[in-house]
Amino acid sequence: MSHAELHLARAWRMTRGAGWGWRCGAIVIAALVCLPIGSLVWIAAQGSPDLWPHLLEHVLPRTVTVTIVMLLGVGVLAAAIGTISAWLVTAYDFPGRGVLAWALLLPLAVPTYIVAYAYLDILHPVGAVQDAIRWLLGYSSPREFRLPDVRSLPGCILLLGFVLYPYVYLTARAMFLTQAASLIEVARTLGASRAGVFWRVALPLARPAIALGVSLALMEALNDIGASEFLGVQTMTVSVYTSWISRADLPGAAQIALIMLLIVVALIVVERHARRNQRYAVAAQRSRLLPPVRLKGREAAVAFTLCSLPILMGFIVPATYLTLEAIKRYRFAAISSQIVRETLNTVMVSAIATLVVLACGLTVAYAARLRDRKSSRFVARAATLGYATPGTVLALGLLAPVGLVDHWISDTLKNWFNVTVGLAILGSGGALIYAYAARFMAIAAGGIEAGFNRISPSLDQAARTLGTTASGVFRRVHLPLAKPAIAAAGLLVFVDCMKELPATLLLRPLNFETLATHLYGEAARGTYEEASIAALIIVVIGILPVILLARVGETARRGN
Amino acid sequence: MQSFAKTFARNMLGGIALALMGSISAAGAAEVNLYTTREPGLIQPLLDAFTKSSGVKVNTIFLKAGLAERVATEGDKSPADILMTVDIGNLIDLADRGLTQPVHSEPLAATIPAQLRDSKGNWFALSLRARTVYAAKDLPFNSFNYEDLADPKWKGKVCIRSGQHPYNVGLIAAYIAHYGEAQAETWLKGLKANLARKAGGGDREVARDIKGGLCEIGVANSYYVGLMRSGKGGPDQEAWAKAIKMILPTFKNGGTHVNVSGGAVAKHAPNKADAVKLLEYLVSPDAQKIYAEGNFEYPVNAKAHVSPLIGEYGTLKPDTIDLAKIASFRKKASELAEKVGFDN
Repeated sequence: MSHAELHLARAWRMTRGAGWGWRCGAIVIAALVCLPIGSLVWIAAQGSPDLWPHLLEHVLPRTVTVTIVMLLGVGVLAAAIGTISAWLVTAYDFPGRGVLAWALLLPLAVPTYIVAYAYLDILHPVGAVQDAIRWLLGYSSPREFRLPDVRSLPGCILLLGFVLYPYVYLTARAMFLTQAASLIEVARTLGASRAGVFWRVALPLARPAIALGVSLALMEALNDIGASEFLGVQTMTVSVYTSWISRADLPGAAQIALIMLLIVVALIVVERHARRNQRYAVAAQRSRLLPPVRLKGREAAVAFTLCSLPILMGFIVPATYLTLEAIKRYRFAAISSQIVRETLNTVMVSAIATLVVLACGLTVAYAARLRDRKSSRFVARAATLGYATPGTVLALGLLAPVGLVDHWISDTLKNWFNVTVGLAILGSGGALIYAYAARFMAIAAGGIEAGFNRISPSLDQAARTLGTTASGVFRRVHLPLAKPAIAAAGLLVFVDCMKELPATLLLRPLNFETLATHLYGEAARGTYEEASIAALIIVVIGILPVILLARVGETARRGN
Repeated sequence: MQSFAKTFARNMLGGIALALMGSISAAGAAEVNLYTTREPGLIQPLLDAFTKSSGVKVNTIFLKAGLAERVATEGDKSPADILMTVDIGNLIDLADRGLTQPVHSEPLAATIPAQLRDSKGNWFALSLRARTVYAAKDLPFNSFNYEDLADPKWKGKVCIRSGQHPYNVGLIAAYIAHYGEAQAETWLKGLKANLARKAGGGDREVARDIKGGLCEIGVANSYYVGLMRSGKGGPDQEAWAKAIKMILPTFKNGGTHVNVSGGAVAKHAPNKADAVKLLEYLVSPDAQKIYAEGNFEYPVNAKAHVSPLIGEYGTLKPDTIDLAKIASFRKKASELAEKVGFDN
């Protein structure tokens, strides 16, 4: 064996053996994310099965059906809107495309509960819009004629679909832009029809991306409590709340929540199993740019309409409503002085949480890449379970372990150093960061993993063979190459943290308000008008990262 | 991207520093820590007035659900001094879970009627709100029985919020306390059959929907009438209030169903003396006046008077059934609402 061969062999051994630091890190992170869920299991076990006869007879048949129909509806709607709009702005060129490409992300900036409230008020049977319709049709009272109630399952599906589709748009577009581009071009060159290119090449290639986007949207929909409560839709999440709040039966609530979690996990497993034998990696590092086909006349108008409708429904209407309400409120009573501080608080916690989530997400995704085995994939999946749990339920599960650690820290410092501290994690907002991280890890890990997947493993091997350590490869190969994916994941997490309400409400320290909690406080006492200013600020601050997010996409398009 | 990252880093360091400062409470100045499910906007004027008169600073956290869980987790390290809720059920839960401590205070005992406080001093009601009926202004009656909400003559004419809302759970629980579970179920089914629209929305929507002609009567809390009439909610709501009159309904064999907002001293309160002081302040005539005139609630202190915006609809005669007894039927009431599919 020559010297060079020996060197190579050693390098390969290193490749396979090293990176244990990353793996340990990933395992710790996954364990921390699963800790609140473990604590929920413990809470659920404290309860009795007494409530199940009642639930099985009167509650679950309905709530399970409603939940399934809602998820199917939102899934189909979000997948259709997200994929079609992403395909149109990527594969075709038409007037307005440049603006639409980033504006399609704008609904991300509006929390679902705000959209629900806005539409309820706009379309209220006793409101200006319906009054105008009745006037046009010649009716005089809502008893004679009114539109179907928004407070219904179809209403809920429509609203959530039009707000949550950007998750699909984002992932599908990234796929169309980068990986699929060269194959799509080949198909075009070979004379495939437009429809053929979409159905037979682009769509199958984008399937993992669409599946990721849809699963994010569905988990948002499933765990949503604000919008479903406003819209009077009896999902299982609402049952969890009813058991906990109306009946003070926390173990019962935990039992229902865990069953929901099981269903989600089963769905994810089935989806992954269905495409287990498919590989999507493309060897080329920089796929060629996909040259858009120019549309003219009626075709361009149709494309423009199809892409602007979701923006109109998911952003322009609710944002305009909020602006008008905020102006009305501002004239009526001045702006609250605390709102500046609340804005700072919101941005600060969201930023810290985003950094934590990114660091953890990178660790988990890279550890999975270092050792592409069942065990490390399992760890990576486990680290994303938090997203499959409703925010309040996760926060409740987190309370007990965090409380234990807080007590331990406090007692230790007292015994050893005679220093008195309060609750170090709960009292400092640390619990809040923990909750955000556990909850939104799925977004970061998923996005980063997708970014890593676009980097051919041959690059890792080459770098490792040249003697670089696992961490060196990470720093010098993956970090720079996956930068757009990491930035996109970070921005998405930031916006989600800003909108987060239930965990924030339960875990924040004394005297600490964010825009979302302020909004909720006002909404809880029915002074929605006052809340409109805070809601508008959430949306406005959310727009900035959303626009950055679109720019990240454009950078990727130009091939950095 | 570089400067963006720098800003992030700076914010993060600043955040940690702030957080640490927050966790080590400033010694010296007197403080009271308040955990409340009461919306901050409603009690802030009261707390500001207390700080002004006593010099004691009040730190607050507004929690909706999970107040009990949080305090229980914090255990003996909890900074919580006072726990406040807007539902008698939640208040009694806190006491039942051992999160409160008995307080013996002459002013509290002397001011609050016995049925509105725990005999051992674990909780105290601070204000009252009635579950009333809003009716279209031109309807020819000024009294109403809760039982009649199920009368078929109101078919398609009644508006109400979700049956799982604590205010409605309380009302159903009161019905069970009066008539037992079976009769309550019949009543609730009848009420459900009378609904003009799906149960949902807020209490003020009842007024809005009556104004729009969607329904003729509805069930809602008393103080919203004051809030709407006062103009505090803006001109739209003032118009809604003009379309209705508030009726204080009664049970045929009792009075009007009331709920309370109340407070308790936390078991491990680090500032117990000041916490009691705050409770005593809250039932003083000055504070009760703020409850009555700012929030349009019924005061518990006989020396304070309800706002005329509410008072002109009649004198409140609260139901005599023990609040704790009603609270004990809450779970049954919530299950009943599910059983009859009230929100479906």
